[in-house]
Parts: sequence; structure tokens; C-alpha cells
Amino acid sequence: MIYKIWMSVVKEFLLLKRDLGGLIILFVMPLVLVIAVTLIQDSTFKAVTDSKLQILLVDNDKGSVSKTVFENLEKSKYFTVVTQIDNKPITEEIAKENVYKGKFQLAIVIPENLSSDLQTKVEQNVEKIVSNLGLTDSTSTAEPQRIIKEKEVKLYFDPAVQMSFKNAVMSSIDKMISQIETKSIYSTFQKQLGEETIDFEQKNFITFKEIIPRINNKEVRPNSVQHNVPAWTLFAIFFIVIPLSINIVKEKSQGTFVRLRTNPVSNLVVIIGKTITYSIICMIQFYMMVAVAVFLFPSIGLPSLNIEGHFLLTSVVALFSGFAAIGFGILLGTIASTQEQSAPFGATSVIILAAIGGVWVPVFAMPKIMQYIAKSSPMNWGLEAFYDVLLRNVSFVEIIPRISLLFLFFIITTSIALFYDKKKRAV
Amino acid sequence: MYSLNNVSLNINEGQIFGLLGPNGAGKTTLISMLCGLVKSTSGHFTIDGLDYQHHSSKIKKIIGVVPQEYALYPTLTARENLLYFGSMYGLKGSDLKDKVIETLDLLGLLKFADKQVQTFSGGMKRRVNLIAGILHNPKVLFLDEPTVGVDVHSKKAIIDYLKVLNQNGTTIIYTSHHLAEAEDFCSHIAILDQGQIYAQDTPLALIESTKDARNLEDVFISLTGKALRDDI
Repeated sequence: MIYKIWMSVVKEFLLLKRDLGGLIILFVMPLVLVIAVTLIQDSTFKAVTDSKLQILLVDNDKGSVSKTVFENLEKSKYFTVVTQIDNKPITEEIAKENVYKGKFQLAIVIPENLSSDLQTKVEQNVEKIVSNLGLTDSTSTAEPQRIIKEKEVKLYFDPAVQMSFKNAVMSSIDKMISQIETKSIYSTFQKQLGEETIDFEQKNFITFKEIIPRINNKEVRPNSVQHNVPAWTLFAIFFIVIPLSINIVKEKSQGTFVRLRTNPVSNLVVIIGKTITYSIICMIQFYMMVAVAVFLFPSIGLPSLNIEGHFLLTSVVALFSGFAAIGFGILLGTIASTQEQSAPFGATSVIILAAIGGVWVPVFAMPKIMQYIAKSSPMNWGLEAFYDVLLRNVSFVEIIPRISLLFLFFIITTSIALFYDKKKRAV
Repeated sequence: MYSLNNVSLNINEGQIFGLLGPNGAGKTTLISMLCGLVKSTSGHFTIDGLDYQHHSSKIKKIIGVVPQEYALYPTLTARENLLYFGSMYGLKGSDLKDKVIETLDLLGLLKFADKQVQTFSGGMKRRVNLIAGILHNPKVLFLDEPTVGVDVHSKKAIIDYLKVLNQNGTTIIYTSHHLAEAEDFCSHIAILDQGQIYAQDTPLALIESTKDARNLEDVFISLTGKALRDDI
């Protein structure tokens, strides 16, 4: 039996060696994929952080608030403020038109009298509080208070802008406006109390700090490479489903499968031969991608993959992910009658498994129902196992549940394939 | 409606038994059953006293099968194909390698041993296809149309080799549309039509027992009629 398995492995490698298209799918495409995706994601990240985004500012206020907004935006590392187009001041209409046409991604419209009305409103409120505390001059006569309507700072976004970017910008502008209001309240209190010499502490009392995980006393700062390489490596490993299922369908259509059925060899031997071959290919794919991420990425301006101390565990995860992919490929190849059935179905199902498994959108960002569905994707088990090892620094024991699921998936899919085949050719 | 109905055959050791019949007669179904590829709904048969139900593995070790299609890996060389299929019969090491070289040589393919099968002509592929089924010296050899679509020289090489195999003790069961070839090659013949056996005997006895028959083709037409058997 061992010799038969060995010869099956040799045969599979010879078949692969002479299939240039198959070799490209197996080894070149995953590398292209991981380099392209990481470069794109990294440059997108840089586009938001490194290069400044031009935003239009329509200043109808011409007061201290709009001046502060302008200064804060200019100080920000994310934005460059544009207040004129063709040497003409921007009106709300012009700003709207430019943003909706996609020439700019954002316009901020500051309403008229915002500074003076904010000041008046704050003064009115502070005066009321001070008066309630009995701190006002009793001889002074109360003037009737002017009613100040709420003011609205308008934001126009390019419709093509993504929701996450929009939310981030709105949040930072909201923070900026809150700070201006707070500052104004403090100043008015000072004025009302006649204590202009007292200097209120206006710095934030509560601050936050991200604590970066440390491994071997070294900070492990997650970057686009740490996230992308495992995700797209897994995606590539699962793409083995296509050549493997085609290989099985070809055996059926060529008649070699029929010949094997008349030979004193069980289908299990044939499947073990394919499993060993394609597991080796999965591992080669994995090591190639790791090598590219460690050695090539730094020379093309990307961060290097930090795999220090994780090499063995990531290899284990890659191997078990490969098993899951192989099981799926064997099942697909056994059930499909033609390459036209197996190839598109294989490709589409891998993309679906990747999508629901969190390769593109993190599972935590998915709707609740999709989060449950994600847990049923073998790609999610593999991805989480990779993240556990690379980013969460877990031990082998802690990844056992996830790799067990991957192996169980392999056993179930292969068993179904063997059972289906046995039923079909029962004699 | 059954593909085969009430078929009763007794093929003795050492015979070259031809299963002849028009398209759709049930020849391939019968041979597929005997090779263990198709399950019969009823009935029983044994090969060398063994049945598939209890001795599937033992039967597969003593039979050789040469399917009608080229059951070979096109991108592997003739040698690689034969080493692989030979190993599936349990052959290994120098025994296997020597057997491959010997049979390739006997069938005139040794100088092409390391060429990919996809570059071979139909006749060369047929010969490799044959070798893949006989490397383990089977007691019983099943051949489904082994000479279909091949040139005269390849056909002669195949038939001559099969005769040698038979002389060495291999029982041969084969299907063919080439009645002249069957008349010359087979020791016994069964004529099958519509899933039933119409006649079985030696070619000579069949010719002699059929009125006005001069050859096997006349016997065939007499038993199966002249109507076309196109079916889809």
C-alpha cells in the first residue's frame, strides 16, 4: 500500500510538473495576489495618513470659530483646507457642486454668525448659572434675552466616499467643535466671574493610549502585512480546490479513473496520494508567500512580515488549512462531471468562503447574522488561527480547537466523496 | 427494459472469447459487469471460481482490463504511465521496470518510452493502453474494442501479441466490430443482440450451422438482421 501511495504521489507531481497553467495558478497567482493586495491596502492606508486630503471650507461666519476650525484643520495631518477656487471665495453652491462631482471628497460649510451666536448663547447660559448661584451684581437690571437658534455646520461628502472614512471625518470634526464650545464656556465663566487672571486648565483631563502587545519584550505593532499575508495566503491555499477538482474530473473523463477502478487499489489510496501531493503544494505556497513577505516586501516599501517565533505554529495552521481545502477539492472533483462544472463552482465557492470567513471584511464588522455564518467557514477557522498565532501570540494548545475544525472538515468532505464514489460504482 | 437479459456464458480457461454484436447489443455492459465496473441487478457470475461480492480484490488481481478509450495520462510518458499502472497491480522495483521495457519492446514502442503519450498516434496509444492492462500477467484479460481506429500495422502487432499472451495461458475475452478479425483471432464467439445471446460456438461451427454463410459476417447478418441500430 505504501508503494502504491508513493507512486500515486510521484504521478501527481509529474502531472503537475507538465501542467504550466496549473503551476501558474498554484504558485505564481498567489504571489501576485498577496503582493498586489498588500501594496494596494498599504497605499490606501498611506493615502489617508501620509498624503493630505484637500477639503473645501465655506466660511460664512468670518469669526473666531471659523478661524479656529481653519487653524485646527490646517494643523491636522489629514487635511489641507481650500477656501478659494480660481481665486474666488467658495460659496455653498460651488462647494456642493465640486464635492458631488467628485472633485473634492469633503466640504465644510460654517454658518453665518456662528462665532457671535455661540458666544451669546454661552454667555446667556453662564449668566443663568452664575445668577442662580447668587454671584451676580443685585443692582444690575436683567435685560431681556435674545433667542439664539441652534446652528448647523454642514458637511458635504463625495457620494463615492466610503462610510468608514465618512464616520472618521465626522467624528474628528465633532470633536473639534466640542473643544471650541468647551473653550468658549471656560472663557465666559472667567469673564462672568471677573477672574480673568485665573487660568482654567483647558487640556483634556481624560486621555487614552493604545497598549501595543509585546512579545519577548518587543512591541508587536500590527500592520497591513501582518493582516494581509495570512488572509491572502489562506485564500491562495483554498484556491487549490480548482486544480485539484479539475485533476479528479480529468481522471474521470480520460478513462484513467475507470482503469484504476479495475485495478486492485482502493480509492482511499488514490485520495491519500492526492492529499499528500497537494498538502506539499500548500506548504510550498505558504513558504513562498512568507518568504516574499519577509524578504521582498521591505524592498518594495512594505513592512516586513514579523514571523519571529511563530514559524512552526503558522506552518501547522497552513498545513491544516491545506487539508480543509484539499477535502473540499476532492469532494467537488468527485461530484462534478465536467471541468466546466468544477472550475467555476470551485472559484466561486472559494470567494464566498473567503467573504463570509472575514478575508475581506473583518467578522466583527459584519451584521450579527453574518457573524454566525462566518463561524461556519473553514477559511474563518484558518484565518483566526493565523491571527491567534501571529497577532495574539497564543500557544499550540490554544489553536487546537481551530485546527481540529479544519481537520474535521477534511475528514467529513473526504468521507462524503468516498461514500459518494462507492455508491456510484457499487458492484 | 434491461441492457442484458438471460445471458448465460461459460468461458473456459485458455479460450479467446469474442463478444460480437451490433451497436447497443450490450457487449460493453456485459464486459463492464465482468470487470466489476457495473453492478448487475440480478444474476450471478464467477471468474476463476470467485465472485465480486466476496472476492473483489482477488478478482482484480487476476484480471486485466483494456478499456475502449485510451485510459492513460496524456502528459506522462509511456514509461511513466506503465510504471504507475503496474505499481497499482502490486508490481515494484526492477520486476516492474523490466516488465515495462520488455512489453514496450515487444510492441515496438521502446524507443518512444520516454515520449509523452499525447504525442503518440492512435495506434501507439492503443498499444500502450494494452500494455497497461497486461503488465501483471493476468489470468483473464478483458479487451473492449482493442483495435478500433488503428492502422493495419498496429492492429497486427496487437493481435499477434494477444495470441502470444493466450499461448502463455491468458484467457482473453474481447469485443469487436471487426468480424474478419474476430473470425481469425477467436477460438469461441458469442453473438449478442438486444441484451441476449443469439448464438455461441467456435467461428467455424457458427459458419457451418448457418445456411448460405461463407464467413462470420454472413452469420452475423443472418442472426441480427440488416436493420440499422442507431440509437441515442
